Amino acid sequence: MSNNKKNDDLDYETTGHEWDGIQEYNKPLPKWWLWTFYACIVWAIGYTIAYPAWPGISGATPGLLGFSTRGNVEKAITDHEAELGPINDKLASVELTAIADDQELLQYANNAGGAVFRTWCAQCHGSGAAGAKGYPNLLDDDWLWGGSIEAIHETVSHGIRNEVDDMARWSQMPAFGRDELLVEEEVVQVVNYVMQLSGQEPRDPAAAEAGAEVYDINCSGCHMEDGTGDRFQGAPNLTDRIWLYGGDFDSLYQTVYNSRFGVMPPMGGADLTEAEIRAVSVYVHGLGGGEASEE
Amino acid sequence: MSILQKHAVLEKNVTLLAIFAFLVVTIGGLVQIVPLFYLENTIEDVEGMRPYTPLELAGREVYLREGCYVCHSQMIRPMRDEVERYGHYSLAVESKYDHPFQWGSKRTGPDLARVGGRYSDEWHVDHLRNPQSVVPESVMPKYGFLEAKLIEGTYIGDLMSTNRMVGVPYSDEMIEAAQADFLAQADPDSDYDGLLERYGENVNVRNFDGAPGVSEADALIAYLQMLGTLVDFSTFTPDASR
Repeated sequence: MSNNKKNDDLDYETTGHEWDGIQEYNKPLPKWWLWTFYACIVWAIGYTIAYPAWPGISGATPGLLGFSTRGNVEKAITDHEAELGPINDKLASVELTAIADDQELLQYANNAGGAVFRTWCAQCHGSGAAGAKGYPNLLDDDWLWGGSIEAIHETVSHGIRNEVDDMARWSQMPAFGRDELLVEEEVVQVVNYVMQLSGQEPRDPAAAEAGAEVYDINCSGCHMEDGTGDRFQGAPNLTDRIWLYGGDFDSLYQTVYNSRFGVMPPMGGADLTEAEIRAVSVYVHGLGGGEASEE
Repeated sequence: MSILQKHAVLEKNVTLLAIFAFLVVTIGGLVQIVPLFYLENTIEDVEGMRPYTPLELAGREVYLREGCYVCHSQMIRPMRDEVERYGHYSLAVESKYDHPFQWGSKRTGPDLARVGGRYSDEWHVDHLRNPQSVVPESVMPKYGFLEAKLIEGTYIGDLMSTNRMVGVPYSDEMIEAAQADFLAQADPDSDYDGLLERYGENVNVRNFDGAPGVSEADALIAYLQMLGTLVDFSTFTPDASR
């Protein structure tokens, strides 16, 4: 191979190295490679002129194109808001009850509300809104604080039992056992009575009978004499067998003994705009349990 | 020998090549990194930033120990979809007391830069205990054991001293009261006036996990509930040159 004519015809210099008679050519880089390399250098210089790059004393060069990451995101947001501005303004200003009468507005609110729900509400109420233990199901018609569009709107805006919003809905069930408002026996009695109220077989029918009086004195103020609850105070209906923390003996015992209630952060203020709050209220109202507004 | 052939000198001497390669990398590094130390617009001028309270700092340690950063970032990028989902994009100033910062680069779970105040303490307890009980589609492991591990903050003052060495402005008073502040923040019945005086009125003082004693869950939830809540964005105007 050392007599290869083709190589001998070329007039390349060698590097001067020689190993056992083998010499190394000093071949130039391929032209396409070299010119690509030069082009990259030129491109890089142009790039630093067009975009923010060179650091100075108090700031970097802004670049001829005026590129700004933060400016871009602000523009993207304001453009988006401008696009949706008219319908958002309309949504935020009409009567809550009138939204359902305007097909276009209703459809927009449902779609926008669904997006808001999946971002802000799904973590507690579930992505399908079926809730979880301690987090109310929003699909059924059992409401703690009311299922009309106005009631839902208020709950979403101000939240429940949080310390952030002064207008948050607030009520607190006493810890009847822990704080020694009732003795052990009375707790057991009233739990049996509540089981009976909800149409379950009480664990101890005699205790259930005695529990009626305990219930009357301690519970009927909020949960009402017949156990149907009071939405004004967020006191659950005890007769419908829909339970937030469970309706078996042990769960009810825990609830009466230690008291249990949930906390919901307010969505108003900095987090969501009025249009977004209304949209998600409409969405939740339309999930299945929404109630007509009281005139 | 033209100038383009001069590199042969470097290529034929490995020591020279190493020295010059090092010089080139050094210059590149200096140009990229050094300006960040003196440019005034690197760190935004905002109101509200404060060092972590002792309990929050302990919670941050739990966060690091459990490797939460492997799945959760703490960096909201300046893009419309991120801002709409998580809130205002993160500022450099918001991680200035983080050693190390928790920006992360991978999101198996959601970004946590502004998780503070977004959920109730009870939700966090439920969620740490059994994430699938509240988010059925979640793949997060269970962290219920954090509730069982009671901590007393014995060494939290030392940790704060270490943080001070790398630039976190903890005062002598803060470090002296470290353990007292640590215990006070998780106990709303305690005398926590000193804590608020040292760290500001916006410190959450609650029994975060709802159980007696200060557990690792208390610390972690205290940390999570303050994430991203410090800066008052009503006073923030973005610098046009960023």
